[in-house]
Amino acid sequence: MTYKPDDVVEVLRAPRPGPARSSYRAFGETLRGLKTTFARMVEGPKTLQYPEEKVAVYPRFRGRHKLHRFEDTGLEKCVGCSLCAAACPADCIRVVAAENTPENRVSAGERYAAVYEINLSRCIFCGYCEIACPFDAITMGHDYEMSDYNRGELIFTKEMLLAEPLDRTPLRAAGE
Amino acid sequence: MTPVFAEVGYYEPWWIALLKGLVIFAVVFQLVPIALLAERKLLGRFQHRYGPNRVGPFGILQPIADIGKLVFKQQFRPRTAVGWMFALAPAISMLTAVATIAIIPFSDTVDIFGTDVGLYGVDPSVGILYAFAFGAIAFYGLMLGGWASGSKYSFLGAMRGAAQLISYEVAQGLSLVGVIMMAGSLSLTEIVDAQEGLWYIVPQFVGFVIFLVAGFAETNRPPFDLPEADAELVGGYNTEYGGGRFAAYFAAEYLNIIVVSAITATIFLGGWNLPFVDPPTWVDPIVVLAKTLLLVFFFIWVRATLPRLRYDQLMSLGWKVFLPLATVNALVTAILVVVID
Repeated sequence: MTYKPDDVVEVLRAPRPGPARSSYRAFGETLRGLKTTFARMVEGPKTLQYPEEKVAVYPRFRGRHKLHRFEDTGLEKCVGCSLCAAACPADCIRVVAAENTPENRVSAGERYAAVYEINLSRCIFCGYCEIACPFDAITMGHDYEMSDYNRGELIFTKEMLLAEPLDRTPLRAAGE
Repeated sequence: MTPVFAEVGYYEPWWIALLKGLVIFAVVFQLVPIALLAERKLLGRFQHRYGPNRVGPFGILQPIADIGKLVFKQQFRPRTAVGWMFALAPAISMLTAVATIAIIPFSDTVDIFGTDVGLYGVDPSVGILYAFAFGAIAFYGLMLGGWASGSKYSFLGAMRGAAQLISYEVAQGLSLVGVIMMAGSLSLTEIVDAQEGLWYIVPQFVGFVIFLVAGFAETNRPPFDLPEADAELVGGYNTEYGGGRFAAYFAAEYLNIIVVSAITATIFLGGWNLPFVDPPTWVDPIVVLAKTLLLVFFFIWVRATLPRLRYDQLMSLGWKVFLPLATVNALVTAILVVVID
């Protein structure tokens, strides 16, 4: 149906309430509103006091990366294959591989990562590196506090990624 | 005695008047930071938050930090501002807010050091009219501040404030006529004495509601904070103010809330009277302060609840609802007072 300017558009409205009814309604609704807000106060605050209380994360939360070692031998799992760097859409991983030698054995494979850097200021935390890794050497950890005063500090080296994080982020319990 | 202090019925030496002026000012002024903090904390609670809790234990030093920050800021004024008026306006706001404290009665006359002392600043025979007079002057603080700033937002805020104050002052005044007729006096102490049996909130409930709502409008509190209207006018009449002058406006606003609460407590909630019990005289000021703080809580509660009114709604509420309602209330009270007597 096309609109013609001459058409009279009739809007259906409920009859306006009389003065007594409308003032009763205004008063009643105000009281109802007051009751609602008061009930919120009785419930108490729901805020987490952030620096002291941290938000618990889910087990599959994708936070800062971690590199892993074999628990029995202490050798690094990473063999320097650069598949993570290839999978990374943000291009934030840099791997330089080197050969393992009998006197300097770093990883379990033929080669190891001599340089392994993740630029966390570019990382989008997609988790593709974790999926691409054939040896589960890199996984996404649970840390989400990564702010710093300059960008250089956000390039995490292999030693930093291998180390256990200083403050552990609380993990959400099963039923939570 | 001079006519201003009429019906006191006793002689009060000048030093007592001075002393009690200082004490009352000191005590009531202490309520300002309390109200400031209570407002922020309670608003937080109403929204499932904590409110300020970082400065000092439980955040109790927050108002001092706020005021300290403001006072140490540089004073500035826009090039278009009218200098002396710009400086004078916050002082007027502050002065009128403080002046109204004088008539709030905390108790009847008591015997201190062998002299009769009334626990109030003054008890003028014009009573409530004194409060209304200063309420009307307070409007100059807003208006001059907004106009002298030389900014259109300030001016808009000030104009809104002026219109609002005038509209609601009429209804507020009329809502008290019923009380005045029932008590047969304008003096606040006599109004409190007349409430010994029954607080006026019961027979004058309509008057109470009108007075309180008009009080919200007079103090520019939500839901009637159109002169400030943060979203539209940046800050209203005090947009161009900063530092100590802004602190003066800010303190005056909270002092006004306390004063309106105290006057409401005096006129409708029986002042220092308590139901069923008759405590000793020294409890009276505490009772008055407690009732005042209860009403301050109500102010904050309403702020957390109601959205701001549109301007035409504000005007039609004032002129079309409250003014006729107050008039009818006064009329009915007048008839009943005559019939019952």
